[in-house]
Amino acid sequence: MATLDSKIPEGPLAEKWSNHKAHIKVVSPANKRKLDIIVIGTGLGGASAAASLGELGYNVKVFCIQDSPRRAHSIAAQGGINAAKNYQNDNDSVFRLFYDTIKGGDYRAREANVYRLAEVSNAIIDQCVAQGVPFAREYGGLLDNRSFGGAQVSRTFYARGQTGQQLLLGAYAALNRQIAKGSVKSFPRHEVLDIVVVDGKARGVITRNIITGEIERFGAHAVVMATGGYGNVFFLSTNAMNSNGSVAWQAYKKGAFFANPCFTQIHPTCIPVHGDQQSKLTLMSESLRNDGRIWVPKKKEDVEALRAKKKKASDIPEEDRDYYLERRYPAFGNLVPRDVASRAAKERCDAGYGVNETGLAVFLDFKTAIARLGEDVIRQRYGNLFQMYEKITDVNPYHEPMMIYPAVHYTMGGIWVDYNLMTTIPGLYAIGEANFSDHGANRLGASALMQGLADGYFVLPYTIGDYLSHEIQSPKVDTTTKEFDEAEKGVREKIAKLFSIKGKQTVDEIHKKLGHIMWENVGMARTAESLTKAQEEIKELRKEFWTDVMVPGTNEEFNQELEKAIRLADFLELGELMARDGLNRNESCGGHFRTEYQTPEGEAQRDDEHYAYAAVWEYKGPDAEPVLHKEELKFEAVKLAQRNYKD
Amino acid sequence: MNLKLKIWRQKNAKAKGGFETYHVENVSPDTSFLEMLDILNNNLIHEGKEPIVFDHDCREGICGMCSLHINGHAHGPDTEITTCQLHMRKFKDGDTIVIEPWRSAAFPVIKDLAVDRSAYDKILQAGGFISVNTGGVPDANAIPISKKDADESMDAAACIGCGACAATCKNGSAMLFVAARVSSLAKLPQGRIEGARRAKAMVAKMDELGFGNCTNTGACEAECPKGISIAHIARLNREFLSAKFKD
Repeated sequence: MATLDSKIPEGPLAEKWSNHKAHIKVVSPANKRKLDIIVIGTGLGGASAAASLGELGYNVKVFCIQDSPRRAHSIAAQGGINAAKNYQNDNDSVFRLFYDTIKGGDYRAREANVYRLAEVSNAIIDQCVAQGVPFAREYGGLLDNRSFGGAQVSRTFYARGQTGQQLLLGAYAALNRQIAKGSVKSFPRHEVLDIVVVDGKARGVITRNIITGEIERFGAHAVVMATGGYGNVFFLSTNAMNSNGSVAWQAYKKGAFFANPCFTQIHPTCIPVHGDQQSKLTLMSESLRNDGRIWVPKKKEDVEALRAKKKKASDIPEEDRDYYLERRYPAFGNLVPRDVASRAAKERCDAGYGVNETGLAVFLDFKTAIARLGEDVIRQRYGNLFQMYEKITDVNPYHEPMMIYPAVHYTMGGIWVDYNLMTTIPGLYAIGEANFSDHGANRLGASALMQGLADGYFVLPYTIGDYLSHEIQSPKVDTTTKEFDEAEKGVREKIAKLFSIKGKQTVDEIHKKLGHIMWENVGMARTAESLTKAQEEIKELRKEFWTDVMVPGTNEEFNQELEKAIRLADFLELGELMARDGLNRNESCGGHFRTEYQTPEGEAQRDDEHYAYAAVWEYKGPDAEPVLHKEELKFEAVKLAQRNYKD
Repeated sequence: MNLKLKIWRQKNAKAKGGFETYHVENVSPDTSFLEMLDILNNNLIHEGKEPIVFDHDCREGICGMCSLHINGHAHGPDTEITTCQLHMRKFKDGDTIVIEPWRSAAFPVIKDLAVDRSAYDKILQAGGFISVNTGGVPDANAIPISKKDADESMDAAACIGCGACAATCKNGSAMLFVAARVSSLAKLPQGRIEGARRAKAMVAKMDELGFGNCTNTGACEAECPKGISIAHIARLNREFLSAKFKD
């Protein structure tokens, strides 16, 4: 029976990581050559981990579902990456980055992990520059910074609006170098469909070749999940179309505990939904809030005129505009954290001030910044984002403000890991967005890239050695054992079952229904009632899926409908756990806003006495209720307080 | 909008492919091109037919996964965007649209509209990196880099590896792709150290994989969704020649 031991090292917060590193075991080069590691996923976490482990001398196999490791969804991150360099001399420090992250996460993250994240952040920037990442620079040749939400310092490094792309190309280049050397073997277009556990330890995976449908087995001494988040449970999100939660879900069913599944980030600045034919939502980077001001009209008649297209935003005079973030949060203004900005947008739209036909949009306006800095400067800073906006909406944001609305973007919840990033299955690790550990109930902008690379470059390569030092006597994993037989059989049976249903609804049609249930009941505002309703409706929809889904074709071919069906089957279970977790947490914190629990000003009302814990769920079987474990969060370095972005 | 679509269907890499004609109706002009294909696929499934396979992922123009030749143009009629960013408002009601996979010897068709672009990975594995291990590197501000050089490096680094350049080139050359990587690293002091070796290794790998020669037609630049300039090819040539000279 797995137990919940966070393995947080003893000692003062600032010394935990150094002390821990000094005391954990290492593996000699001769022994590293004998050890196999599987890495699933090639985003910032997976690519940086696979490259670093390959450099160390382990035999690494890396899997991704796309046609190249470079396509992983980290590539789409726009705005930047945080680090505590203090290059701007604005009094930034490791402690301040740590503090902002804990506070931004509404005090629901683990102090020790977050401190370590802040501590290694500076090394990430050094590493990326050495790899040739073309970060933005000042005229003097030194690195430039900008500000992101939830911080009062400028600590965000960026490469135009394509920071994720450039960081991933850096990690991918490091990975390519190892692939060329033979220390890493790459398996693109391979989907991991199960984790194999032998004698209580993760020992391999079952994969499906996406082109041929071939089901294969791979063994290893340790398995690393770097599979990203599960935001696509909502159908419409800013995630890539193929992003999914299936590996995490299989791991959960094999004994890895799932923590805080209800913690979902709804990003405030996305292009609004245009209609029911829409397949995904597009983010407009948070960096835009450095220079963009968010507003809705003060007068209802202006709202009506905008909706009827009788007025344009530029027709509304300054005194009739409600810059509601600047009004409500003078100290942080437009740069409040994402959860706060999203809720404020919802509040204005619910009150009837939404500025488009659907009533679900607010303005993000660059008029003031263009007047102050000139159009050229704005083009230099955000040119590609403005172009993207214009291509999608057919509106020129240099002349008319952007329209934006919140959308599902990131999942702070994920597979529970200890300080070493190991799950409750020994030998199974989870890094990056796939784990739960660093962002609490709300992630700050530019911190996802930081965490993915921190885990992959500087944390996992150390901590995995400690585990593998006990495996040096283990022979190559035999993939002909009964555990591999059973896992493969399970995968084949599930696929056969999906084809056998021959129902009347396509996978997308059912996925859209799930998305609707999730958005309405487990979205930006949740209640005990909505969360209960969601669980019932998802159960019903799951039945519908398993009796009425229609999956064309066969397994033995390139079959994108089958891929989607396998992933949706898991979302239909994961969604229910998210609702269950939300119902258990009788408080509001970060992205988890329970309407019943709010301050008189409408802010999230935490209940630290009863809920200062990570809710960690253990799978007990298909027909049994999952069991809740609690990891108490102890705050030694920061004082628990109501978040204040007003003064 | 109502549209007639002529789409390349091919069962697998070995099968002989051909065009099939389909109709889609009531498509909103605000729908993206790939969403239009989603609608078609959903209809095909209901009709008991096989949906069309096409590569796509981020649907915001950055992952490089989507491809498609649309009416003879890589990524369709609009400029400096990928297929996933193309919207139906660029077409007219009643249009006939011809949709094909990338056509390039080095990108064999896998099924329908999806092709194998692993050759691009192999070119980058031959040298598209700076040989540094994780850790033990200098402070990020230790080497100042002029803003102009950093900006030019970034211009080249914007390449998304989609393959439009090679698929558009009449010779099937991957020079723009190779040049973008070589040039991006060559503009930075940390990339200069291996500059000559990198250019030689990547060009040799490109030739080995069956890509054609560059004859400076500029077609690649015109179709590049990220507007990568062929000026980078000139820089690659300089790097390559200086490498040869040193030999």
